Amino acid sequence: MTIDPDSPVLDVADLRVSFGGTEVVRGVSLRISPGECVAIVGESGSGKSVTARALLGLAGSNARTSSERLRVRGRELGSAGEREWQRVRARDVGLILQDALVSLDPLRPVGREIEDPLRLHERMPPTARRARVLELLHRVGMPDPALAARQRSGELSGGLRQRALIAAAIALDPPLLIADEPTTALDVSVQARILALLARFTANGTGLLLISHDLAVVRELADRILVMRDGAVIEEGTTAEVLGAPRTAYTRALIAAVPSGTPRGMPLSVVDRPPAAEAEAVATARTAIETPLPALRDQRPLLALDHVTKTFEVADGRFTAVDDVSLSVHRGETLGLVGESGSGKTTVARLALALTKPDSGDVVLDGTEWSRLREAERRPMRPRIGAIYQDALSSFDPRWNVGRILADAASGTERGAPAPGVAALLQQVGLAASVAHRRPLTLSGGQRQRVAIARALAASPEVLICDEPVSALDVTIQAQILDLLDELQRSRGLACLFISHDLGVVRHMADRVAVMQGGRIVEAGAAEQVFAQPAHPYTAQLVADSPRLVH
Amino acid sequence: MTRGSPADPRRQRRGRTIRHAGLLVAGAVFVMWAVATLTFFAIRLIPGDPAQAILGGPGSQASQEALDQVRRDYGLDQPLLVQYLAMLGRLLTGDLGSSYALKVPVADLLGAQLGGTMLLALLSLVLAWILALGLSLWSTGRGRVSTAVGEGIELTAAALPHFWLAAVLIAIFSSGLGWLPPVATGTPAGLVLPVVTLAVPLAGFLAQVMRESLLDAMQQPFVVSARARGESTTGVRLRHTVRHAALPGISLSGWALGWLLSGAVVVETIFAMPGLGRTLLQAVTLRDIPVVTGVVLLIALVYVLMTVLTDVSSRIADPRLRQEANR
Repeated sequence: MTIDPDSPVLDVADLRVSFGGTEVVRGVSLRISPGECVAIVGESGSGKSVTARALLGLAGSNARTSSERLRVRGRELGSAGEREWQRVRARDVGLILQDALVSLDPLRPVGREIEDPLRLHERMPPTARRARVLELLHRVGMPDPALAARQRSGELSGGLRQRALIAAAIALDPPLLIADEPTTALDVSVQARILALLARFTANGTGLLLISHDLAVVRELADRILVMRDGAVIEEGTTAEVLGAPRTAYTRALIAAVPSGTPRGMPLSVVDRPPAAEAEAVATARTAIETPLPALRDQRPLLALDHVTKTFEVADGRFTAVDDVSLSVHRGETLGLVGESGSGKTTVARLALALTKPDSGDVVLDGTEWSRLREAERRPMRPRIGAIYQDALSSFDPRWNVGRILADAASGTERGAPAPGVAALLQQVGLAASVAHRRPLTLSGGQRQRVAIARALAASPEVLICDEPVSALDVTIQAQILDLLDELQRSRGLACLFISHDLGVVRHMADRVAVMQGGRIVEAGAAEQVFAQPAHPYTAQLVADSPRLVH
Repeated sequence: MTRGSPADPRRQRRGRTIRHAGLLVAGAVFVMWAVATLTFFAIRLIPGDPAQAILGGPGSQASQEALDQVRRDYGLDQPLLVQYLAMLGRLLTGDLGSSYALKVPVADLLGAQLGGTMLLALLSLVLAWILALGLSLWSTGRGRVSTAVGEGIELTAAALPHFWLAAVLIAIFSSGLGWLPPVATGTPAGLVLPVVTLAVPLAGFLAQVMRESLLDAMQQPFVVSARARGESTTGVRLRHTVRHAALPGISLSGWALGWLLSGAVVVETIFAMPGLGRTLLQAVTLRDIPVVTGVVLLIALVYVLMTVLTDVSSRIADPRLRQEANR
């Protein structure tokens, strides 16, 4: 069969997938031409990942898939059996999943995983296969292909793992690649390099279907965007059309939720608000920014780290996680701490909470050298400092219901003040009182993070440590949580240490910013100034790498 | 990333390995000591007179002078603590003593019995592994009916007591069909029923654990990745998930061998097989203290060695453990 070079590599009409009578993909149609990148954007549960898997015949054994047309390189696969699908996978369509730590078999060397498609589809002697693996690893920019081929996914860094996964997907040069959230777990600079790699494939004529919840990521690559909600495509157009002149309120909400470029104090979540209310919200936000923070800067800081150093023992000596770091947070102020994974951000959080003892230097909480106290002396002060983590679910006892979790946290108050009731706490974080009877597992990601915030506030703290509080959330949910944190911080005059790898989020949340690299603070200053005119080359690189909706 | 001055990493790593090995040896010595002590005192709780046992049991009608003589010779008239320390002293020199009843050195007695019992236990372990892997692979990912059937078989098998299973197997294959001998004959055919008796309950238990981790592995994203590369479902099982399923089985095998050795007491008695288990049972009945102590110590030693072996093989099967050890 000859293939017209201009004919689409993928041509789908009215794709439907249902699980046990519930339709989760409801009539999706899309076409991808060679060299074109089409993006599907939507929140979790919108059906975008199921759509991607259905295009490989991998929707699952309990899924029912139907379509009017499902053509890959002109070949109809709507009624293909498992054997036919096996021939299509890897040869015609390559799949790149999120987070290669779990998407590559942790017990097998990476080289063997990349060799698999060659072994299954090509008649190739083993030595030729191994040579091809090295060539593929080289093509995806692996610094030491021979070493990487012998390593397992757990031994590689996040970015290199993702490159290995991509190498396996392109082993047979498929004309179509499907990338499902390919950069979601990665740092901005690594993300920028992976996106550049994907862009190189499309430039060489590979069709790319990019699945993401992040409009800013999609903007960099996509020619056309499909917005999915509840299993259906609700908006479709070129990238410029969809981002520049969105037709549906939902797309507008998705765009508004992206924090970069939205000034501090402006609410991000505008979902399902009538335009009048939206305008009003913006107006309120304006006054909020113009009203000066209850900042009492001349006072001593509530929380301060003074020349703190922390090292850990590793196989070949000692690893300095935090190297001579000094920072301070005042009442009513948010200090943003930015850096990539491994830069020591989380160790700073643990030091601030006095969960880890510094090797040298002091952590001072409201004038008390609290890192030097014994734990028994520290305990009465603990209610004054609260914490919110990225993975709220694993920080809850799964057998406790929300009411018990909050009551337990509130009972930590020892300053005579009556603990705020569970119902009042839930109301403050925008949850219904009935949530008190539910268990964390039955809650959505956004609800869990709200419960985590309520728990942190239960003991009425003065300082709040937020360690990647929104990294695991969809962009619209992230917007709501950020708005909530902002509002609570303002109304309670909290001193907040806000840690994130996401520059957009920090820029939106922080008054002042400190940038960490390799355990050191390389740059600090007012947030707008640091991001607008970065002085340190590392900050400049971070700013350049982070994807934005507008330039 | 900044790193402190590395003080010769290779020497540090070797230091860690030596420390690890030292801890293992110290642990093993402690276990052996605890087992010897517990056995020494526990056996004195059984009613009866060791001096009687030495003179041929309660039926021998030994004279009071003979009994006194024996008590003096064997130090049984000494306080319990002195007897205990004397036993520890003998054990330290590697002397297990002589059997009261058979009047032969315990070491010779055990040496003669060890081979048969270990063969029985190892064959049972291998068979249990084969049955468990087969069952868990067959019954997962094939729909609800086979899952329910597989779970039912595992649960029933794990709950079967050895004495009952042995009786049923003898009734069917020896008395009924006449295919296999009802007692151990020293031939391979004679081993079949004892091995099956020991293996089936263990297989049920292992299969439950393996199924769990197999199902867990099959949910992992790397399975989707593998299938997206064109791998068939069988290929995914053979190249990916089986290995994940085997990991908990390996960690359990040390425990399982100890469990099989205690099961051997019942099975060897039922099938009239010579072996450690039957020797132990007879020695307990006769209050033959040196033999009981010897058998229990030997089984404890096998246990300790198996635990070390499992530790090592887990590291071979799961590279992530090796990495952690080096960290």
